[in-house]
Amino acid sequence: MKIVVCAKFVPDATADRRFRPEDNTVDRAGVDGLLSELDEYAVETALTVKEAAGDPGDTVVTVLTVGPEQAADAVKKGLQMGADAGVHVLDDAIHGSDAVATSLILAKALAKLEADLVVFGMGSTDGSMGVVPAMVSERLGLPAVTLGSDVTVDGQTVRIRRDGDTASDTIEGTLPLVLSVSDQANEPRYPSFKGIMAAKKKPVETWSLADLELSADQVGGSAAWTEVVEVTARPPRTAGTIVTDDDSGPAGSGAHQLVEFLSTNKFL
Amino acid sequence: MSNVLVLVDHTDGQVRKTTAELLTIARRLGDPVAVFVGDGVQDALPALGQYGATKVVALTNPELTQFLVAPKAEALQQVAAKVEPAAILISSNAEGKEIAARLAVKLESGLITDAVDVQEGAVTTQSVFAGNYTVQAKVTHGTPIITVKPNAATPEAAETSPEVEEFDVTISDAAKTARITDSKPREATGRPELTEAAIIVSGGRGTGGDFGPVEAFADSLGAAVGASRAAVDSGWYPHAYQVGQTGKTVSPQLYVAAGISGAIQHRAGMQTSKTIVAVNKDEEAPIFELVDFGVVGDLHKVLPAATEEVIKRKS
Ligand SMILES: Cc1cc2nc3c(=O)[nH]c(=O)nc-3n(C[C@H](O)[C@H](O)[C@H](O)COP(=O)(O)OP(=O)(O)OC[C@H]3O[C@@H](n4cnc5c(N)ncnc54)[C@H](O)[C@@H]3O)c2cc1C
Repeated sequence: MKIVVCAKFVPDATADRRFRPEDNTVDRAGVDGLLSELDEYAVETALTVKEAAGDPGDTVVTVLTVGPEQAADAVKKGLQMGADAGVHVLDDAIHGSDAVATSLILAKALAKLEADLVVFGMGSTDGSMGVVPAMVSERLGLPAVTLGSDVTVDGQTVRIRRDGDTASDTIEGTLPLVLSVSDQANEPRYPSFKGIMAAKKKPVETWSLADLELSADQVGGSAAWTEVVEVTARPPRTAGTIVTDDDSGPAGSGAHQLVEFLSTNKFL
Repeated sequence: MSNVLVLVDHTDGQVRKTTAELLTIARRLGDPVAVFVGDGVQDALPALGQYGATKVVALTNPELTQFLVAPKAEALQQVAAKVEPAAILISSNAEGKEIAARLAVKLESGLITDAVDVQEGAVTTQSVFAGNYTVQAKVTHGTPIITVKPNAATPEAAETSPEVEEFDVTISDAAKTARITDSKPREATGRPELTEAAIIVSGGRGTGGDFGPVEAFADSLGAAVGASRAAVDSGWYPHAYQVGQTGKTVSPQLYVAAGISGAIQHRAGMQTSKTIVAVNKDEEAPIFELVDFGVVGDLHKVLPAATEEVIKRKS
């Protein structure tokens, strides 16, 4: 079985994330980046499926990423966790691609890889639209079972539990298919020292758009079907009132002052 | 005027508040045409008319609800081919976003998700990077497909008496693949829906596992209850109530964080709340950077005392 994990390189959420002033796209070069944490759950799922397979040697886990030079780090992290191979789609023309264009590139690469099982995280930690799995499934004409919080692969059947707003559903599909997993699905492993060393010898291919029979005008900022008109930094919240709770009776008590605040602001 | 498609969000004909919001927004862009999938269209009709639907397209093909989103996207594509809408508005929940994603590929149209506002010309507003930036965007190709978050508009009534038009759709075999084989409804709590609530009281690791004080305070205010991921991961509260990057994004009038430190991923889900209150025993907790009002103290003392006082004042 060929399992491919689609992994995204994203700006570190704890760093100062920003937009490029010249074209209002996310600055992916000027800030520290890493494998989107939510994709670690996808890598973990792929590795668990492989380990549970009758003959793990027959299953290959490939990490696929589309992104700039530094995105190779996302692939590397996946390999360190235990994936077998990596593919990095790298092309200057890709910069500025929206979700629709990204899904086109991924779909072409997945077709070339002849993936049986495509695994995504629930969304990226930067764009966080969560729409790429559905778009890729649509393009490849494959079923999609998405947002799994519990995943079992049983022969050709993939079964997930999805904890939705109103119900907890069991959802099934047949391979080949597209799967996305939530951050409830598992506990991603940390790369071991052995894993980190082994990753250095694992094969990573770099593909251009031409390798995928795509042309520059099908992707990137000029082919985007949406446009950011304006980006505004949110004004910092004005400092609020902070009181310290003490036991000096109702007037001084934190609870009393809290309720006063709620009452003044008409929340009661 | 041109038509704007609104996909109705409902349970057996009980229309959700988000649909009233979508219809209100749709009127800024054209004439709202409601697309109703499943049974119960007659029950939904008064609510759809109240918020200005000029027409209701009813899709009752049973295959639409037996399989995951793909058939619904095919159906909407067929409705769009007939109606030629100026825009398509869908609720920004898991299902809505996936329908929109498929539709964008099918219609070769730009997609914007998680809009917190949509104005004339289909210019959207979104909140990104944990709410640290506000972005305005528009679709430049095809039919704008926009998923809209709860509370993006205040529903405004505009009485109409829409006709129901049954519409026959054909679903391809390729769309009939992912199937829901079992569904366990979540137990009703009697509290408001988290994403729609005007007030939310959330508890974190600081509750120590006892959500009693959080729930009691929430009930005194008529609020929904939320939780941080630490509380959810500890098994103290169900995941469906998690607020944050991998939980729900909420934007209530009042958000109360009790025993929550205010990590960036939690902020991502609540930073756009109108008023923020925190109770935390650590005066250095980052949540205090966000608050309009904060109490440094033990939530196990502050919340029960506050609950008692709220009940007293309300009676
Ligand atoms: C990819 C990713 C996604 C994530 N998504 C989410 C998400 O969706 N939502 C989310 O919440 N987190 C999310 N997190 C986790 C997040 O980083 C924090 O770990 C989490 O929010 C911490 O929860 P907490 O504030 O309850 O716990 P802590 O950070 O441990 O804070 C507990 C707080 O309670 C206070 N406290 C303790 N006892 C008391 C008491 N008796 N009275 C009053 N105060 C007390 C402490 O002072 C402290 O400030 C995510 C993390 C990652 C990496």
